Amino acid sequence: MAENNRAVVKLRERFAADIVDIKEFRGEVTVTVKKENIVAICDYLKTALAFNMLTDVTAVDYLGQEPRFLVVYNMYSIPNKDRLRIKAQVGESSCSIDTVSKVWSTADWLEREVFDLFGITFNNHPDLRRILMTEDWVGHPLRKDYPLQGPDREPYKGRLS
Amino acid sequence: MAQKETMTVNMGPQHPSTHGVLRLVIELDGEIIDKITPHIGYLHRGIEKLSEHRTYHQVLPLTDRMDYLAPMHNNLGYVLAVEKLLGVEVPERAKTVRVITAELTRLKSHLVWLACHALDIGAMTVFIYAFREREKIMQLYEKISGARMTSNYYRVGGLSRDVYDGFERDVQEIVDTFPGHFDTYEGLLTKNTIWLQRTIGNGVISAEDAIDAGITGPALRGSGVDWDLRRDNPYSGYEKYSFKVPVGEKCDTFDRYKVRLVEMREAVKIIAQALKDLKPGPVLADLPQVCYPPKENVYNSIEGLIHHFKIASEGFAVPEGEVYQGVENPKGELGYYIVSDGGNKPYRMRVRPPSFVNLSAIEKMAKGAMIADLVAVIGTLDIVLGEIDR
Repeated sequence: MAENNRAVVKLRERFAADIVDIKEFRGEVTVTVKKENIVAICDYLKTALAFNMLTDVTAVDYLGQEPRFLVVYNMYSIPNKDRLRIKAQVGESSCSIDTVSKVWSTADWLEREVFDLFGITFNNHPDLRRILMTEDWVGHPLRKDYPLQGPDREPYKGRLS
Repeated sequence: MAQKETMTVNMGPQHPSTHGVLRLVIELDGEIIDKITPHIGYLHRGIEKLSEHRTYHQVLPLTDRMDYLAPMHNNLGYVLAVEKLLGVEVPERAKTVRVITAELTRLKSHLVWLACHALDIGAMTVFIYAFREREKIMQLYEKISGARMTSNYYRVGGLSRDVYDGFERDVQEIVDTFPGHFDTYEGLLTKNTIWLQRTIGNGVISAEDAIDAGITGPALRGSGVDWDLRRDNPYSGYEKYSFKVPVGEKCDTFDRYKVRLVEMREAVKIIAQALKDLKPGPVLADLPQVCYPPKENVYNSIEGLIHHFKIASEGFAVPEGEVYQGVENPKGELGYYIVSDGGNKPYRMRVRPPSFVNLSAIEKMAKGAMIADLVAVIGTLDIVLGEIDR
């Protein structure tokens, strides 16, 4: 159960006020937190709980809900061989979150990708530029309100629409 | 006082040793690399965006277009993630065939790495030999799936079809002959003075830095970190097979070369064990709401035809939830993070690309080296741009 997870027990002690939700699905534990203390939470997970590898940073766009975005951190502990997923809520009006690239340098490029494709700004990021799209691209393709065909084209009326 | 000036050199995107369309802007102090700024995205096809608009079956052919040197591993990660979401169990035979083909794919990918890496540093013979062996696996791929590169062979719930008659014999031939070929490569390289001078001490990254940079796979093991997803978080029945996980000591290009060569030998051992383990049986789970019906039903009965049509046009609904599935791709940890809203299309599909993360460490590995050594660093990272850009 999620309650007995080693990370969940410790996070409940230290960051009770930040935790919004704890879920377990198919044996994977997901902790949803408020975005304000994300750097402190990640630093604690890395130093005290040995989640030494940040596997992935990404985001999910829940268009029409508030908060609109969830920034997802998938992390792995090489000594303990277990995974943990932290999700941070980011609203549409203040579309930014602090960078964790000081905690794991992996986050540098992964956060750039999230910035590029979702338009979420990472405060204090050392080099926040677009990475996959060109510098002069307008819009953020992985947002749900960005059309699949691109901005200036008639929507495809075939089986995909 | 002498004035220090740096020179900016552009490398790629059209450059034979950048392994695709990678562009590096390098700042040089004489011949010494001061700064590297990689520019990627030339091959961006929006696979993550496209998959939000396709049913779960229709996403599968997109996945093998990412790491086109190891297509079966891309398929494997995806089908495992969807199966985890659905909570279904795959028949034993399908699991075993998946392991055999996945390990053949590892050989195929590592052979391209060895060939191109050696060619970049100047050893052309190895290139020709490795591609000769790779052709054997390509032919086997074609017999299994009908395609040499974009296999699209696995299905959610099992395999698209059983292996052909004579599959065991063809695989056995690979198991018998490949170790001898590996000896040939080692004979050409391992004690070759030019090879040693180009690789020893090149692209050093300590274990601590490698973990911090998120490097996975053989590149991480070359830095001495004993970690392999196949052994530590087994999937698809890997826990049944015994194999060694090689690790390096000196964290340089030569150690990564040795790690990958041992990995190829271990892959052959896994294939041999799995081949003994291969028992007759079904290759697709008994899940009519998810899997396509057998072709004889589709062609001979109206119910079968409707069944096929329903799955092809509507797909299947997946319970609401989110999963992450990582697999040990030849390049590193390939992960699929799928969020389902209960519908027939992924609400969000994220691919954790190993080459993308490994490439981000290039500046750390090549800073202070000569510009000629940068080619060896790119080769040892074993990147595929199709997967970096997606």
